[in-house]
Amino acid sequence: MKKITKTILGAAAATLFASSAMAADAKACFIYVGPIGDFGWSYQHHQGLLAVEEAYGDKVETAYLESVPEGADAERAIERFARSGCNIIFTTSFGYMDPTNKVAAKFPDVKFEHATGYKRDTENVATYSSKFYQGRYIQGQIAAKLSEKGEAGYIGSFPIPEVVRGINSFMLGAQSVNPDFKVKVVWANTWFDPGKEADAAKSLIDQGVDIITQHTDSTAPMQVAEERGIKAFGQASDMIEFGKKTQLTAIIDDWAPYYVERVGAVLDGTWKSQDVWHGLAEGNVVMAEYANMPDDVAAMAKETEEKIKSGELEPFTGPITKQDGSEWLAEGDKADIGTMLGMNFYIKGVDDKLPQ
Amino acid sequence: MIRIQLEKRAQHSAIFSLTSPLIALAITATLGAIMFLLLGKSPTAALYSYFIEPLTDMWSIHELMIKAAPLILIATGLSICFLSNNWNIGAEGQFILGGIFGSALPILYPEFTGPMVLPLMLIMGIIGGAAYATIPAFLKAKFSTNEILSSLMLVYVAQLFLDWLVRGPWRNPEGFNFPESRTFHADAILPEIWFASGRAHWGFAFAIIIAVLMWFVLNKTLKGFEVRVLGLSPRAGRFAGFSENKMIYTAFIVAGGLAGLAGISEVSGAIGQLRPVISPGYGFTAIIVAFLGRLNPLGIIAAGLILALSYLGGEAAQISIGVSNKVSAVFQGLLLFSVLACDTLIHYKIKIVKTMRGKAAL
Repeated sequence: MKKITKTILGAAAATLFASSAMAADAKACFIYVGPIGDFGWSYQHHQGLLAVEEAYGDKVETAYLESVPEGADAERAIERFARSGCNIIFTTSFGYMDPTNKVAAKFPDVKFEHATGYKRDTENVATYSSKFYQGRYIQGQIAAKLSEKGEAGYIGSFPIPEVVRGINSFMLGAQSVNPDFKVKVVWANTWFDPGKEADAAKSLIDQGVDIITQHTDSTAPMQVAEERGIKAFGQASDMIEFGKKTQLTAIIDDWAPYYVERVGAVLDGTWKSQDVWHGLAEGNVVMAEYANMPDDVAAMAKETEEKIKSGELEPFTGPITKQDGSEWLAEGDKADIGTMLGMNFYIKGVDDKLPQ
Repeated sequence: MIRIQLEKRAQHSAIFSLTSPLIALAITATLGAIMFLLLGKSPTAALYSYFIEPLTDMWSIHELMIKAAPLILIATGLSICFLSNNWNIGAEGQFILGGIFGSALPILYPEFTGPMVLPLMLIMGIIGGAAYATIPAFLKAKFSTNEILSSLMLVYVAQLFLDWLVRGPWRNPEGFNFPESRTFHADAILPEIWFASGRAHWGFAFAIIIAVLMWFVLNKTLKGFEVRVLGLSPRAGRFAGFSENKMIYTAFIVAGGLAGLAGISEVSGAIGQLRPVISPGYGFTAIIVAFLGRLNPLGIIAAGLILALSYLGGEAAQISIGVSNKVSAVFQGLLLFSVLACDTLIHYKIKIVKTMRGKAAL
């Protein structure tokens, strides 16, 4: 009956939906917080979608929604996907956590994958994230080697644990080279806003820093750095096109292997709820080519990368002192996962007061 | 030299005035169809998925109500402001303050439960929004401050205040330090109207009831007459013994209170906790809704539903025909543009004037 109504109302549309829905064995759907053209976070998740299409061809149908605001809209967007025949839904921002779990409870047959969250209320929800902080450590080392001023500028998005962890890891890397290194932080209070990010970059450069790094998603800081002739690190994707003489390296989020694996698990019926936190070793975090730096610095960076991959080096290993001077980790101690996931303090040397 | 100028029509057509929103809709649909054609998509399929598909499922109609509820509530309040010539652009901030005030109860006193929680929250939400709106009202009444600027600026203050609260004092103690409040307990959640078929909550019922009441007040009572007179001619209003300053306060407080009610309904009914951002710009979209509804609360109900549809349609079109989500913003823009153009052309006619070079300066 419904089909008849649909045909009457829009014959072309109805047949189009029907034919494409029949052909595929599974439908994988993606929700992005930013536009796919941000060349950062959402762009990289979309690369994962493209990899899924590449890997499974006609067997898997894909769909995505971009720029879905976190909050009430997210729940509707996720539910719409669940109702439109998606078998697996990737919700790729922290703020989708509660909506994802709410919808998942209503649709036990659909699999949900939530990026960067910690709630798995039902058995059809899995969570995944990457150890981006490993790359930040390498960047810190490079910055400390190259900065003449001994200071780097850091454009933060929001003071959540993920971002604070990155700042601390960058600082630890830098201190391993130059114990007096300083990091100056500016909060842009946005994930994606080229204008604000550019302003943040300009104000940092005006204060005299000669290297900037960012935890926001647009290429604007890279472009500002290129204009002003200083060095910068790319975020989430390889931004070398936006800073040919500027980008030292970039932390590339490579979601493709994970997405291909999980969609595959849906196809062969082996999908299970899990919590995954992969890093350099598993290939989910990839460093862009080390460029615009002397060979010895590049060699050092490569060596550190190998050490982190092999597990020989873990950035958060004591002795580490907190910003307030109290001891956090004693010599040789490693951070426990709870503190890592809920990190809400700076380590010594960060030139900023953590917004609380 | 040729100059184009608008000339007021001596008499405007009653039929066109009445149907102008529909004409505007038709123009929007036509322009939209051309746009889809240029994008290489079938216009029928696109318009179908945009305007019809969201109405084919019960759950989707619920979603439409969720989206429309805050728009209708806010726009109803704004209609009083705009009719009485008070340009309250800050409903977004009043919405946020309503959300904050109402949420104080379940966040600060989570152990306080029972049937009294929800009514108290709603009342506090109304108070929060209304109190926030009195700031630009006071500034206007006392110092003749431009209320467009002051109310707009207060939006940013409200957004940052909310941001600070959820990152600082009201942060969820069990939330791994993420910027959000604790989730509300069951007694603090605005219940669904009809649970079995979708998640629309009582906010929509509030919106309809209040819009109908407001229509009655504006059209059938002396107060409504006062609003109109002061809006059309403050001087005439003064002769009639109406106080302009009192009207400023009334308009802002009513608009703020309704925006506040919309805010707490959204937080309690649709989100269930405070987050750094609780509104995707409802307070601003409601301005379009108010004008599309011709500042008539009954028209606003229809306009709110249409604007809500344009959001949902944008999503449906993205999934089923793969066009960018920016299309919904383009559609909303086209719609507002057509409405304003239709209204203008009904009241004015375009005249092409040939002028001599030197005379143009006159």
